[in-house]
Amino acid sequence: MLFAGIDIGSTAAKAVLMSEDKREIVARNLMPSGWNSRETAERLLSWLMSLGYSRDDIRIIATGYGRVSVPYADSTLTEITCHGKGAAFLGGDDLTVIDIGGQDTKVIIIKNSRVIDFVMNDKCSAGTGKFLEVMANRMGLTLPEFFALAEHGKDIKISSMCTVFAESEIVSLMGLGTPREDIACGAVGSVVSKVATLVSKKASSGKYYLTGGFCESPLLIRKLSETLGSEVFTTPDARFAGAIGAALLGK
Amino acid sequence: MLSLPKNFETFNEARQKSFMALYQAKERGKKIIGTFCSYTPVEIIHAAGAIPVGLCGKSEQGIAEAEAILPKTICPLIKASYGMAITDQCPYFYFSDGILAETTCDGKKKMYELMGKIKPVHVMNLPQSKDQALAIDAWTEEVKRAAKFLEDLLHVSITPEKLHDAIVYRNRLRRAIVDLYEVAKIKPSPVSGYELSTVAESADFHFTDDDLIAKIEKTTRDFKARTRNDGANRPRVLITGCPNAGVRDKIIKRLEELGADYVCADTCSGPRVQKFMIDENADPYRAIAERYLKINCSVMTPNEARFDDIKDLVKEYQVDGVIEIVLHGCHTFAVEAYTTMNIIQNELSMPYMRLDTDFSQSDGGQIETRLGAFIEMMIAA
Ligand code: SF4
Ligand code: SF4
Repeated sequence: MLFAGIDIGSTAAKAVLMSEDKREIVARNLMPSGWNSRETAERLLSWLMSLGYSRDDIRIIATGYGRVSVPYADSTLTEITCHGKGAAFLGGDDLTVIDIGGQDTKVIIIKNSRVIDFVMNDKCSAGTGKFLEVMANRMGLTLPEFFALAEHGKDIKISSMCTVFAESEIVSLMGLGTPREDIACGAVGSVVSKVATLVSKKASSGKYYLTGGFCESPLLIRKLSETLGSEVFTTPDARFAGAIGAALLGK
Repeated sequence: MLSLPKNFETFNEARQKSFMALYQAKERGKKIIGTFCSYTPVEIIHAAGAIPVGLCGKSEQGIAEAEAILPKTICPLIKASYGMAITDQCPYFYFSDGILAETTCDGKKKMYELMGKIKPVHVMNLPQSKDQALAIDAWTEEVKRAAKFLEDLLHVSITPEKLHDAIVYRNRLRRAIVDLYEVAKIKPSPVSGYELSTVAESADFHFTDDDLIAKIEKTTRDFKARTRNDGANRPRVLITGCPNAGVRDKIIKRLEELGADYVCADTCSGPRVQKFMIDENADPYRAIAERYLKINCSVMTPNEARFDDIKDLVKEYQVDGVIEIVLHGCHTFAVEAYTTMNIIQNELSMPYMRLDTDFSQSDGGQIETRLGAFIEMMIAA
């Protein structure tokens, strides 16, 4: 029996297949969640099946906010439990996991590889991937382009916390001729400071570990480490943390 | 799964149904006094021959209208209570001959000043601490002054006999309600906490029912006789913090649908407040004052006894996790939540989660994810 985890987030859908002993990631796949989570889920199933196993050989656990759209899943779990488990697999048994997602950001405290506490951002999208997506859009860039640009920028302060106000602030900064790389760098800084506030709500234990789509952004990791005053660890696989955790929790 | 009996009456249905009963009572010449808080000594209302009715806002209704006058940032309970009053949306308020209120939190006591422009409102001065010098003496005088207000308003006289009868009646009622709550001490609980708390808290609306106590006692027996076969693996949750009637469906019902049992409320309508009885053999005013001053609410400072209560309840009800509900704008509970968190997580090593919310439905999805994750956390613990 193999174990698959499907994590349908608000922006990206992730799937991993893990070996029978759950020690190894056999295959991974990432695609945009798109408009229709149901279709995305079906595409991930076809991908799984294309790996040469039959459906009966695999136990499938779904997570993420689109987990209800995975009709073929054997069971479902919330993204908090799964992210915690997945992060512990990647980063160790005692962690403060920081997950910056497309729609929400969460801080999960892990002790002995178990979730013992968590906090999520409130309704507002400041401090989430959405904030950067909106800013990138406004500047006519894709997210990777936006991050590439931000790497060369100087830190300027975007004072509005609210995404809507920050967007108009950026428009006026552009109007004033502020270099685009500085604006991008400032926007990343804004997300980092919001995330750090969320982290400070929970007494930190163990090391900081970043999961989610931004684990490949050196700038964000650097800034977050600086703000928290302690190194933030991550690995490219950390964006699969939810899916990995789901697979690990399959029975 | 949460399963409710076919004839289950929701809180709102119970509330609606009793409109008619109240109307008829009013037609027969009965007087009605509105209340908003667990500190209101309802015995003096009974003794004045009137019916006490809880008017606390418990839904979004009236909030938009209230926000035209009150600050948006004030707690939803205050906004809803005031909004229902100014828009004539609450027949209970409409039928009330007067309001008996007290100086609890700042938002509420200032709101009463505005409410006083619509109805006769008497605000009792509640001490800020039971340990305060002369607290009990002052509060006893306040109870007497409130009785005087009722006598003048309703043109009645509150005799020692009537007061004694009211004390005996409310003690019996409270005992019955505590017994009802204690059904959930059975593990697994034979009845859903959503159903149980709805019945317990709706008791307030059956004010004209002479057999109310007998009916509650019967419900307790019926509940105890029920059996459930799915309860074994469901974590048992205690809910603490702000009054939760306004988020009953969004949080409590959902919590049970997702797989946990709500077994105990550490709120002012729950067993920890109901269990305080009034000494039937002492001076009635003093005895009433003593009973109400025992209530441990976050409006008091210090309020350490609240945490002893929580610890007792966690043990007595064999709780697996604690959820604290903090309504947006409620400073007193928001500040105390830090202490609750430390006690539950560090002293009791138990899962604790704080939910900040209001009466709107807009955060339903987020709350659901948090509840789900919390249940998974309790199961793994
Ligand atoms: S929480 Fe405190 S102030 Fe509010 S109704 Fe209950 S006893 Fe009164
Ligand atoms: S919930 Fe808090 S702010 Fe609201 S009425 Fe009660 S004590 Fe006051």
